[in-house]
Amino acid sequence: MMNLRAAGAIYKFEMARTGRTIWQSVVSPVLSTSLYFVVFGAAIGSRITEIEGVNYGAFIVPGLIMLTLLTQSTMNASFGIYFPRFTGTIYEILSAPISGIEIAIGYVGAAATKSIILGLIILATSFLFVPLHIAHPFWMLAFLVLTSITFSLLGFIIGIWADGFEKLQIIPLLIITPLTFLGGTFYSTSVLPPLWQKITLFNPVVYLISGFRWSFFEISDVSHTVSIGMTLLFLAICLAVVWWIFKTGYKLKN
Amino acid sequence: MISINNLSKTYATGFRALKNINLEIKRGEIFALLGPNGAGKTTLIGIVCGILKPSEGTVTVDGHDIIADYRAARSLIGLVPQELHTDAFESVWATVSFSRGLFNKPKNPAYVEKILRALSLWDKKDNRIMTLSGGMKRRVLIAKALSHEPQVLFLDEPTAGVDVELRKDMWQVVRDLRASGVTIILTTHYIEEAEDMADRVGVISKGEIILVEDKAELMHKLGKKQLILQLQKKLDVLPPALAAHNLTLAKDGTELVFTYDTQAERTGVTAMLSALSAADIRFRDLSTTQSSLEDIFVGLVSER
Repeated sequence: MMNLRAAGAIYKFEMARTGRTIWQSVVSPVLSTSLYFVVFGAAIGSRITEIEGVNYGAFIVPGLIMLTLLTQSTMNASFGIYFPRFTGTIYEILSAPISGIEIAIGYVGAAATKSIILGLIILATSFLFVPLHIAHPFWMLAFLVLTSITFSLLGFIIGIWADGFEKLQIIPLLIITPLTFLGGTFYSTSVLPPLWQKITLFNPVVYLISGFRWSFFEISDVSHTVSIGMTLLFLAICLAVVWWIFKTGYKLKN
Repeated sequence: MISINNLSKTYATGFRALKNINLEIKRGEIFALLGPNGAGKTTLIGIVCGILKPSEGTVTVDGHDIIADYRAARSLIGLVPQELHTDAFESVWATVSFSRGLFNKPKNPAYVEKILRALSLWDKKDNRIMTLSGGMKRRVLIAKALSHEPQVLFLDEPTAGVDVELRKDMWQVVRDLRASGVTIILTTHYIEEAEDMADRVGVISKGEIILVEDKAELMHKLGKKQLILQLQKKLDVLPPALAAHNLTLAKDGTELVFTYDTQAERTGVTAMLSALSAADIRFRDLSTTQSSLEDIFVGLVSER
């Protein structure tokens, strides 16, 4: 029988941490994204023509939301599991009658929830700046939820792998953020030279942004079916790694 | 209550922390696990509680295997770790309630209040843990360990760095727990505490259990009593007439120490005193000492 009370306790603990750090956790990312709207949407965007019939300010909305989802999911989940390892309070989780699945549900669920809330706040904020229409609300939410869960799982993996605060930051700052910027947050990959268009396809974030943008405007760099498939594939890979971590006790149990 | 069979632990570095440990902990007893630093006490506790993986052997808690049936086994155990690992930003109430949830127990504010009151933490229930003193943090760890009403409580150096007042309070809580049927396993560097509290004593050294004994039996078997005589006149050597008695000269010849077994049929005290009188050796005062558990422990460990 699953110990859902334990998963719930971890979830509530993590959400309470978010509540205690509301300025850093919620206000700061929302403000940063709003600045992108002001700079790229209003100031520079007014000089850029429409992209595939979409106002430039609106065009960057899915990319900006995705940028926040990826970085916040990863950083929040990685910090969530790394901090108890750092302070030593992980002893209590390890000695409790709780399985790896329940631990992951607690930490990943909280990180994903926070990202989804952030994503929705940024979406609501964007309505203040740009004319926006969501063509496929269901798929928009599906991409939002799946991406948040997948990258929270990735963050969870990083939080277990890391053995210092520097390692904790390396992947979000040096890999995920550049891949997101190069994955079509501010542009359509179709404007790139043909060779770079092919190289871009090795960037997994392209599929996430493309699919998410399709759910808004029905325009995409790659087929939305491929995007959905790739999102599910990343999710499956992260789940498999987390399963392996708990099976072997990697970095958790000597 | 706890059955440890052929348990060994070798770390990835190749260090063998535990070597073929066999140990039975009886239900409802206070078992003191003594050993020098690095002997393997915390490793042994870590394995039973699920924090470390055993390399070989099995452990069962109330018949539940700690790996195959880990949920049932861990549900019965509360652990107070040696280090003060706490969530600095949480309140006392929140962290104790969190522990209860982790162990799959429904909310029970009345029970949490009872624990906090017993540990003199009730006034601090809304305080952040970071604002508490070291002794108070130790109490919080005990409250967390008791939050899910465990049947077995591990106390790993619970009184390290704790003032006398708090120690007394904590041992009273431990006595109350034992009275309610909780099995308690404690490690401590304050051996007089083990002597005072424990029903049985286990000594671990270099990863091996070298002795498990009922405390009273141990004191009886290994305890020595000494009669110390302060001499009126200093002796340079022990006179040959006294050689047959178990006497030694101490303090530059100003004291004679007679070691004897209080449980023996004849202690030899009378004969020794007669021999002293015959040799015209007079003393101005006398005192007796009995070896403590600490003396026994030091003797056992230093022999290895």
